[in-house]
Amino acid sequence: MAQPFLKKDDDRDGEEEYSLFFGIEKGAVLQEARVFNDPQLDPRRCSEVITKLLYLLNQGETFTKVEATEVFFSVTKLFRSTDSGLRRMVYLMIKEISASADEVIIVTSSLMKDMNSNTDMHRANAIRVLCRVTDGPLLTQIERYLKRAIVDKNPFVASAALVSGVHLIQINPEIVRRWSNEVQETIQSRAALVQFHALALLHQIRQNDRLALSKLVTSLTRGTVRSPLAQCLLIRYASQVIRESTTDNQTGDRLFHDFLESCLRHKSEMVILEAARAITELSGVTSRELSPAVTVLQLLLSSSKPVLRFSAVRTLNKVAITHPLAVTNCSIDMESLISDPNRSIATLAITTLLKIGNEASVDRLMKQITSFMSDIADEFKIVVVEAIRSLCLKFPQKCRSLMNFLSSILREEGGFEYKKVIVDSIFILIRDIPDAKETGLFHLCEFIEDCEFTYLSTQILHFLGNEGLKTPDPGKFIRHINNRVILENATVRAAAVSTLAKFGAMIDSLKPRILVLLRRCLHDIDDEVRDRATLYLGTLGGEEPTAKTDQDAKDFCLEPSEEPFDVASVPKEVVGGKTAAGLASAVDSYQTLLSAIPEFSLFGKLFKSSAAVELTEPETEYSVNAVKHVYDGHVVIQYNCTNTIPEQLLENLGDPGYYICRCIRSRGVLGSRVEAPPVLTVQFPGQTFVAFEKPAGAATVGKFSNLMKFFVKEVDPSTGEAEEEGAEDEYQLEDVEVSAADYMLKVGVSNFRNAWESLGPDNERVDEYGLGARETLAEAVAAVISILGMQPCEGTEVVPANSRSHTSLLSGVFIGGARVLVRLSFGIEGSKQVAMKLAVRSDDLRSAMRSTTSSPTADSSSLVNSLLRGQPYYLILLCIYIYTHTTTYTHMYRYM
Amino acid sequence: MDYCPKVKNIVLLDSKGKRVAAKYCTDDWPTFSAKLAFEKSVFTRTQKTNAQTEAEVAMIDGFVVIYRFIQDLIFFVTGGDDENELILETVLQGFTDAVGLLLRNNVDKKTAVENLDVILLCLDEIVDGGKIMVSYLLLFDHFWIILETDGSAIAEKVSGNASDGGSILSDQTITQALATAREHLARSLLK
Repeated sequence: MAQPFLKKDDDRDGEEEYSLFFGIEKGAVLQEARVFNDPQLDPRRCSEVITKLLYLLNQGETFTKVEATEVFFSVTKLFRSTDSGLRRMVYLMIKEISASADEVIIVTSSLMKDMNSNTDMHRANAIRVLCRVTDGPLLTQIERYLKRAIVDKNPFVASAALVSGVHLIQINPEIVRRWSNEVQETIQSRAALVQFHALALLHQIRQNDRLALSKLVTSLTRGTVRSPLAQCLLIRYASQVIRESTTDNQTGDRLFHDFLESCLRHKSEMVILEAARAITELSGVTSRELSPAVTVLQLLLSSSKPVLRFSAVRTLNKVAITHPLAVTNCSIDMESLISDPNRSIATLAITTLLKIGNEASVDRLMKQITSFMSDIADEFKIVVVEAIRSLCLKFPQKCRSLMNFLSSILREEGGFEYKKVIVDSIFILIRDIPDAKETGLFHLCEFIEDCEFTYLSTQILHFLGNEGLKTPDPGKFIRHINNRVILENATVRAAAVSTLAKFGAMIDSLKPRILVLLRRCLHDIDDEVRDRATLYLGTLGGEEPTAKTDQDAKDFCLEPSEEPFDVASVPKEVVGGKTAAGLASAVDSYQTLLSAIPEFSLFGKLFKSSAAVELTEPETEYSVNAVKHVYDGHVVIQYNCTNTIPEQLLENLGDPGYYICRCIRSRGVLGSRVEAPPVLTVQFPGQTFVAFEKPAGAATVGKFSNLMKFFVKEVDPSTGEAEEEGAEDEYQLEDVEVSAADYMLKVGVSNFRNAWESLGPDNERVDEYGLGARETLAEAVAAVISILGMQPCEGTEVVPANSRSHTSLLSGVFIGGARVLVRLSFGIEGSKQVAMKLAVRSDDLRSAMRSTTSSPTADSSSLVNSLLRGQPYYLILLCIYIYTHTTTYTHMYRYM
Repeated sequence: MDYCPKVKNIVLLDSKGKRVAAKYCTDDWPTFSAKLAFEKSVFTRTQKTNAQTEAEVAMIDGFVVIYRFIQDLIFFVTGGDDENELILETVLQGFTDAVGLLLRNNVDKKTAVENLDVILLCLDEIVDGGKIMVSYLLLFDHFWIILETDGSAIAEKVSGNASDGGSILSDQTITQALATAREHLARSLLK
């Protein structure tokens, strides 16, 4: 290498050499690389081409696999040359490119030759390169050379071998562990870096043997290590041993205490710093242990070298978090660092001071910081602001001056992140320190008068809306907020409108003024602002839907009456919109319809009416649908019949012999078949009601076959008169099934979790089911929910696409008034098999359990009783049973 | 090897922030553009500071960066947040010393680019590591270890003069000792 730059010194002819890489191009350089194949090698030219290749790699150029292979092979040809400078470049090139060329193995023979060369530099470099291309089998071949190299008298060779060992131990620990003796020998080397590498390797060899490691560290701490780097490493290892053995060395002095302390007096600053850091990071460090470390760090604070000052102040900053008192002595040195030209150091000094400062010194400190803040970058300012925030929380008495400081820096120039940190800090202080509230809010009000960041303005307006209300005189803020409405952009105006409305809603005395202000916003050019103003005017000024309730509540408070407050009288807000309203009105209309029929009035209150079920195909002669009405002791089926053919008249009026419905099979909860004739049949034109009796409160399920029998009379289309004679006819209708879902009211709960917890695990039953193969999980979920007839809560009826599992939360009220909550967990596997876990909690279960446990001997009969009384849990299990039975049966219902 | 002092990168930039040479030893900057972005960040953040005579230090993107300006070049060494800054500084010192010795104190961009091979060899002598081959196809991404921190030793290794004897200063050949002395003298005069 000596020759090239000698030459360059000589022929400095212009910029040619300088622009060696000017306009350099990968393709051209790859072409140039052909010189490596020349029979007569020109070492200098070859070196130059390698440099160009390395330059390309260094500038982010990448070679394709083919290019890399090609370059690699041609570079290996250069082993022919004996030029040591070129050889050195070849080694470097192989290392740089080996990552992308797996043919690297072909150079091993050349490298092994170099490894035994007489030239030290070749030996050292060949070892380094070889260790990167070696693999298991090869390692055993070269092992003895490496062992010899470790104890080589040339430190470069020794270092190369040791470093290779450090790398190779990751691949083949067994072999490297055998070098222990040789490595041990080199640890006494006079060469600094050899010692360092030997120590690193020894640690690697023994890292899994804690005792051996401890012994190694103990022996070395007795002062044979000279290299500062090795000494630093030794300190780290000692700390490791201390950390791992604290439990068995509680008595007396800490392990290696003397060693660490002696390192504080080492001649190398690197070691001093390492030792001081090690001491400060000891777990459970005492102030007696800390004090010598802090003292040396304090000395470093006044060093002329910036790196030393930085490292010392950084360490002390960390110590100040946990042991502020230990650092107090350094405050004078720290204060002088505030003016340090290196702003990193100055910031660290400031934040340390803020951490160790006592209440008395806060004011003086703030003065210094104020001058300092103007000439540091935003990122440092952020650190300072955060430190001031924690200081303020520590000394709430000082919040006035600190708050003033924050507000003054808030007014100064700064970027968004910086301003955001200040605003956030003020928010926190306002929330946590009552004294700071009013001043803080006013600082914020002032700030938004001249704030360039929309985000911050809206944040502050929102905050004012919450916190401003809690001050004694909230009216003061209105002016500031209204100014925003007048002066700002649309986003801020909208936020200001919301805040104004908050004031109006919460404080009655302000309401008239707010309404005036809001009305002005109705003519805003922005949609959002107008919309908000309209909405809030509606809520604040218009007819208040809650007014009556408020009045009731007030009356009740003033004159407590004997009557309990009826929650049902509170006006309800219909959340579900049209459909929910439609449903509610349908139930209401059925109730009125049925109560108008005297026969049914004895049945009591209607529990539930199902949706209409079509019993005929669409577009047939007669369209019939059925509605199931459930009473406590009866089920009424209402048939609605519509004649779709104008040319005929259907009649079956008043003839009791022709009822249209006959129950074919009624499956009670016990599974017994009951042929039950209807107790009552009532007919109206187009409507027939059939009532069945069932045990009171029981959830009897069953299937009803329906046959419509009637007289059909021809109608003359011209006159519209029916003929006298009619013919008897029958029409087979679809079956009506009364299922468990008919006994379940869909009643949602607002907070399923609370409701679930309130019922408690005692009222829970759990069972698992296989639901067979399903197309999708969503299909299975929808099917089970419709079978249970319960209200899905919290949107859990929706199954996200492609999900493998799902949980649905359902709630309802079972006949008899028991609240029922169900948690369904579904899972689908690869073969589309769906499994379900059903957990039920219910009020009613409790009584069922009690009745079973109270008479253990009559276990089965009480079970039967509870079944007859329609216990929801069993019922639900039953539905699932029916479900699985009628589809793909996979799981036997265990109670059947 | 969690305890070993680690250098994350060693970089040489020119006065416009363009890379002259760089060696990255960790995956903290996985892509080339991430590396360049970091170099740019270091460049802009250090511009207003004075690190002509003495190495300076800064926290940049959560890393400790020790840097030094020599003529129109910026030398910097990056370490982790918890690294001993003085070790990093020693590495930087070794790098600048070696480059100074090898370029005969003509440390500027022009000379550095002319002698890029020398710079790259220096970097190679300071840290050792990188990918290790476990089998023909499997490369093991290994950590880098500091190989040499002494400037004159690095220069010796790069110039290939080490074959004549030991490496440590006391074992240097007379020529080299003289050369070193001359460099030190030159440097003190330059200050």
